[in-house]
Amino acid sequence: MFETGSDFVALSSLEAGPKRSTTLLSRRVPLAAPDAQLALLDALDLPGGDFEARLAEAGIPGLSPKPLGFFQINVGKLCNMTCRHCHVDAGPDRTDEQMDRATAEACVAALARTPAHTVDITGGAPELNPHFEYLVEESVRLGRHVIDRCNLTILLLPRFRHLPEWLAERGVEVVCSLPHWRMRNTDAQRGDGTFEKSIAALRLLNAAGYGRGDPARRLTLVSNPAGAFLAGSQLAMEREWRVGLEREHGVHFDRLICLNNMPISRYLEWLESTGNLAAYMERLTAAFNPAAVDGLMCRDTLSISWDGRIYDCDFNQMLALPSVVEGRFVRVQDFDAATFAARRIVTARHCFGCTAGAGSSCGGATT
Amino acid sequence: MDTYYKPEDLPKFPQIAEGNDLLAKKFFEYYGAVFAEGALTAREKSLIALAVAHAVQCPYCIDAYSNDCLEKGSDLEQMTEAVHVACAIRGGASLVHGVQMLGHVHKKGM
Repeated sequence: MFETGSDFVALSSLEAGPKRSTTLLSRRVPLAAPDAQLALLDALDLPGGDFEARLAEAGIPGLSPKPLGFFQINVGKLCNMTCRHCHVDAGPDRTDEQMDRATAEACVAALARTPAHTVDITGGAPELNPHFEYLVEESVRLGRHVIDRCNLTILLLPRFRHLPEWLAERGVEVVCSLPHWRMRNTDAQRGDGTFEKSIAALRLLNAAGYGRGDPARRLTLVSNPAGAFLAGSQLAMEREWRVGLEREHGVHFDRLICLNNMPISRYLEWLESTGNLAAYMERLTAAFNPAAVDGLMCRDTLSISWDGRIYDCDFNQMLALPSVVEGRFVRVQDFDAATFAARRIVTARHCFGCTAGAGSSCGGATT
Repeated sequence: MDTYYKPEDLPKFPQIAEGNDLLAKKFFEYYGAVFAEGALTAREKSLIALAVAHAVQCPYCIDAYSNDCLEKGSDLEQMTEAVHVACAIRGGASLVHGVQMLGHVHKKGM
């Protein structure tokens, strides 16, 4: 296997996980800074490209929160992979940004004060955070449904081989990335060998009881387009994936969700470097669908970063656009459900990514 | 004008209604109905459209349906196979006429 002789394999190695790219931070490129990303988007000559104005035209007076449903915790940017489209700029070199125990405990304390039904743990590869299992245990103890946003390949590392069973025993939903049910597009986005490892990991999850219709062992696949195009019909694709994965690999899953790629971080860099940025943003703004606004995830989600800051969604988090509550930013230690519910959600041009076509969210299409 | 085909013309397709609104309306309604999910999936129809686009060699259609096939979840291998279907039928359509040629040769020759 991978870690014979010692119990550790360097995350930066191809053994630990496929690599399609390197982090913007490690390359010290200007676009690593959220401000530079926002400036690049704002500088585009984009007809109909003012998000708040488009909401107003559709008779929607800004984005207001709904009752809190999803408590999303981004435990850090460390990852065993470096996918080309990553909006987090995650990778094996991102060792500095990791949630510590005190912040994890503050998350649990804040969770206990909210009615959120679901705790959504993401990263990076969230399993790499030393407090991942603590967060899962405590969230389950508080009676919340827990989601592990899993890149699949991490499950093949020996130190995580217990996870499929461990997660299954706690009823954790595994929401895992698989851009396509065939190899080509998966490896193009996530690195050579990803598809094969992903199928191996899905088999481990199936063996632990995942993907067989048991609501306590729900296996959800997430597809992001591998290129400068939008996510297709979730229902139609789910049908084809189900047939294809079962026929060719004997793999089962419970549902497929389709997300658009957000013009942030490494995907933004890829769009710009391939000359696709303007056309992609025009496509997003032209496909603005007011009907997708009602189900936007930012309306019933809060997103906590590794250092305890609170954001309206994971994308705003990566663009350093924190939630504004009574005119100021808040940390999870100071979280107050009532004042948080009265805020107005922060938007910018990237928000067109979630309102295009059938809509896009961490839970898939919003319409 | 340096070229007859311009990419920016593709999104102008609906402007064809300027000369006859009724016919354009009927055409686009029909077009939309043809590509709706039916006995064939929308993805399968998009692959057929891609193949036909190559048979009729329409750059607008190739642009539109390359993108549409990707959005519907097809990948390069599947799209390439669709184009080969168009190629096989086009090539086969020429070649099968060789049977007519054979007939003439057999009739006229000794």
